[in-house]
Amino acid sequence: MLLIRCPYCEEERPELEFRNAGEAHIARSANMAGETDDDFEKFFFIRSNPKGIIYERWRHMHGCARFFNAVRDTVSDKFLMTYKAGEPKPAKLPGAAK
Amino acid sequence: MAKAIKIAAPAPAERRAALAGQELSAAGVTLAVLPPAERISLRAPDASIAALSKALGVTLPRKPKTSASRAGRTALWLGPDEWLVIDEAEKDPLADCAKVTVLHSAVGISHRNVAISVTGPAAATTINSGCPQDLSLGAFPVGAASRTILGKVEIVLLRTAADTFRVECWRSFSDYVFTFLSEAAGDAAA
Repeated sequence: MLLIRCPYCEEERPELEFRNAGEAHIARSANMAGETDDDFEKFFFIRSNPKGIIYERWRHMHGCARFFNAVRDTVSDKFLMTYKAGEPKPAKLPGAAK
Repeated sequence: MAKAIKIAAPAPAERRAALAGQELSAAGVTLAVLPPAERISLRAPDASIAALSKALGVTLPRKPKTSASRAGRTALWLGPDEWLVIDEAEKDPLADCAKVTVLHSAVGISHRNVAISVTGPAAATTINSGCPQDLSLGAFPVGAASRTILGKVEIVLLRTAADTFRVECWRSFSDYVFTFLSEAAGDAAA
């Protein structure tokens, strides 16, 4: 079982307490009605789906119930780091595989 | 004109506690359904904590996975702005919160939850059969509290003594939780 560090509970907790909530850092337009269909499609449907480092939203569903962001490697399924929701994308990743 | 029809006043509804009086003893662990208690779900921002703590008579814990207890009332940290307050002294914490004017949300959930006590040297082993958290005394000391899962349902776990846990679950899940713990108690004893 994976252990995921919840930035709000400040400790590693078993993965069964968590839920994935899709890709992180997708900004919603302030003027949604003014979006073109193409832009809306990009915002709503198109995800990066990379092989390697991905920034995701996770929720500590059966714990503190908070959403937070996590950096995960989709190849190794290893969590590189987690940080609170609303914080900017980390500039440097600890122990990131090149 | 239609005749007024007299309807007899309905008999007062009988309240049946979930799992009332159920108990189970296995080697090394005892399960018991705890008596009903007053409970509230409390949400409040940082600025309201001091006033709410004063009104409730128990200091709301700010550290993750901790609880605070005073005069039969326990406040469990569930999230950064969320607490479960359990009162076993039959004093309604909801009434205490109603007097507070600072921003907060207090919802009475006394009858939503059922509490089960798990006691004995094999208590941690019993709960660990469905709960993935580390329940060793170092990681989950006396007074530690956390929302977590047991098998397929969500529970709130509170360690009240080195070998005693209080398992709070939703009323409709209580049958599942008690049966799950009963099976686990038998396995833990084996």
